[in-house]
Amino acid sequence: MQEAMIARAKELLADGTVNRVIGWKKGEFAYDITPAIFETPEEINKDFVYDDFTAANVSKYLVKESRREGKILAFMKPCDTYSFNQLIKEHRVIRENVYIIGIPSWGKLDAEKIKSMGVTGILGAQRDGNDIKISTLYGEEKLPFFDVMLEKCKSCKSKKHVIYDELIGEDGEVIDSNRFDMVEQLENMTAQERYDFWRAQLSKCIRCNACKNVCPACTCEKCVFENPASGIENKAAVDSFEENMFHIIRAFHVAGRCTDCGECSRVCPQNIPLHLLNRKFIKDINLLYGEYQAGADTTSRAPLTDYTQDDCEASIVHERGVE
Amino acid sequence: MQINENKEFQPLIVAFCCNWCSYAGADLSGTNRLNYPTNVKIIRVPCSCRVNPMFILRAFQRGADGVILCGCHPGDCHYTSGNYFTRRRMTLLFSMLDFLGIERDRTRVEWVSAAEGAKFAATMNEFTEAVKKLGPNRRLEDLRCRKQ
Amino acid sequence: MLRISIDKLDELFESISAKQTLYIPTDREDGAAEYKKYESGIKLSGKLNTLRSAKDFFFPQTENLVDFKMEGKTIEVIDTREESEDFVVFGVRACDARSFTILDKVFLADPVDSYYKNRRDHGTIVTMACTRPAETCFCQTFDIDPTAPEGDVACWNDGKYIYFAWRNEKGEAFLDCLSDVLEDAEPEGIAELNAKTKDIMKRLPLADLSTDSFGGDRLMEHFNSEKWGELSESCIGCGTCTFVCPTCQCYDIKDFDTGHGIKRFRCWDSCMYSDFTKMAHGNPRLTQLERFRQRFMHKLVYFPANNNGEFGCVGCGRCLSKCPISMNIVKVMKALEVKE
Repeated sequence: MQEAMIARAKELLADGTVNRVIGWKKGEFAYDITPAIFETPEEINKDFVYDDFTAANVSKYLVKESRREGKILAFMKPCDTYSFNQLIKEHRVIRENVYIIGIPSWGKLDAEKIKSMGVTGILGAQRDGNDIKISTLYGEEKLPFFDVMLEKCKSCKSKKHVIYDELIGEDGEVIDSNRFDMVEQLENMTAQERYDFWRAQLSKCIRCNACKNVCPACTCEKCVFENPASGIENKAAVDSFEENMFHIIRAFHVAGRCTDCGECSRVCPQNIPLHLLNRKFIKDINLLYGEYQAGADTTSRAPLTDYTQDDCEASIVHERGVE
Repeated sequence: MQINENKEFQPLIVAFCCNWCSYAGADLSGTNRLNYPTNVKIIRVPCSCRVNPMFILRAFQRGADGVILCGCHPGDCHYTSGNYFTRRRMTLLFSMLDFLGIERDRTRVEWVSAAEGAKFAATMNEFTEAVKKLGPNRRLEDLRCRKQ
Repeated sequence: MLRISIDKLDELFESISAKQTLYIPTDREDGAAEYKKYESGIKLSGKLNTLRSAKDFFFPQTENLVDFKMEGKTIEVIDTREESEDFVVFGVRACDARSFTILDKVFLADPVDSYYKNRRDHGTIVTMACTRPAETCFCQTFDIDPTAPEGDVACWNDGKYIYFAWRNEKGEAFLDCLSDVLEDAEPEGIAELNAKTKDIMKRLPLADLSTDSFGGDRLMEHFNSEKWGELSESCIGCGTCTFVCPTCQCYDIKDFDTGHGIKRFRCWDSCMYSDFTKMAHGNPRLTQLERFRQRFMHKLVYFPANNNGEFGCVGCGRCLSKCPISMNIVKVMKALEVKE
């Protein structure tokens, strides 16, 4: 796959279709891959990579990049195309300035998960059937690929590209995923249990803002949390209230726009399952206002900028689920 | 939260009322000399959809034990459709608060027209009673704001 | 030298925690290690290092400085400071132990930060030598020996026993109090243990990373480098690197209006944020490039310039594994390296 991508990128650079390429750049070890922009074939030959660890979603960079001179080639995994489509819908990117090549994704790995299983001194990793073979300073380790996949890939919702100019490999299908299972599990707990669960999770938050800064739906020029005039600008959560508030508001601001790309949970240094908050909103929207997948198209109205006269009343919340 | 002379818990209720219907409804209940608890603090907003989730959270932060949002009946919005958006927003927000384990009876949306002075008073009495049963807000309070 | 058998570790922890608060690294449900207050039943983590660094004990993420209480036209100023109680931090690695030397240079220099000093005076640091360094480790770049950690007391774990040696008077007094659970021992096994670790150190992927190209006298050449654009282009401007860093020490002082008074507190700040060092005219660093550059220039150039060549990094590797886009000080150092 990587070779085909490199070859095509060099062709498009050579014939002048694009003047730069956004993709992923090799790191020091097997897993520390950085999204990067390549301008010459030499740079691409040297550092371009697409493997089990290239999980970063590049679509948010295109908000800025699509406003620069010339066209940019962007390689997008299926989930990235949803994010990009949503940005088109919100007029945040200039579609004409991006040449999109859809690439398949077979699920990406989570280096943190590998490490949490006690593997340390990671030097390299290689796919071996259904396993991943990891060479370390302390010998070789073999782990089942699925077990160390990123949370977002384990509950992948679609292998279909919703926007592209061309494809490398075949397009996939929307998957009937199990992504709401954990949300449902929580819904079936008592309020006290849910409260305890979220206190344990959210109290880990260090307010690094990685979740909001990486989010392709968070593209405000000035975030309320960085605006001293907003009255809620806080650099650290001093009280448990502020932890709750930050995460409720972060999720609420992207409700109806979140494509469930899972980047928030991927980047959280404290491994807080932030995607559950977003998925709760998605699940509610699907249930109350009809199935809706943000980013699936560029024309439909988002659920929170839309209404019907016979929408349910807010009191529906009081009537369902476990107290 | 307030504690009266009998050491009985008196919840602090914040009521966001839309200028055109519910605030006028509150006025009417006053001119009709209907009783509703003094712990209800009304904040007038131009339309119920002016209230964003942050307002609700901030009210809880600053010591509210319950927050109620009142607007025109669906279809009667002075701005045609404001309360329809409110309805969706608040449904999702309340559902999220519930998801985080915050008692669901601390929040409510109620449609009160300018002619419904009696409904306004009844709603406030009922809501205050409901919150009173729950006791002081502990799960969504900011300890720094608690009065010693 | 003193030692205790690994099976009797709980006895040691009980004995320490009976006298003062004890914090040990322990495994969390998600597999990461974090410091927790010792209570019976808590087990020492086998992980190399904790997710958050040990700086939290001396320089916490938020701390109250002073309260203002207003009544009518009078303002009462209340000092909320409390004398810290004695506490012990157990199992600090050599990199984090060195970070205290760096923080001391900032907070204990004139004018002394009394909040920090209070905690330093009451804290005892028990360090633990490393035996299984990770690929992200590069402490040797900053001349830190992970087999001979600093701190008040150092210890070595050979799998059967934990050996203790004091490093200063505070450490000596600390070990004296534990004479009932510790036994005397010869330090012979340790040399072999350390030799093994040092052998692994040589094989680490970052073993040959060097600071030769950096220092206080290389200001303009690095500041004006054209590489910053490329290095910072993917930075998302979050504060992860600065918050997991054991040496990042920037903070902000803020006032919180409680409705019946003001609480003045300080909290960690990050040079990656758009409102860092914000002044009347705004942020002096307008783009992410400048903010990104600030962080690495501070660690590699400004800090050594002001502190006799000491770098503001200890090579713990936390930012290497935690950065959402894996851009870190090692990549910056390699990109800016001047090859003679």
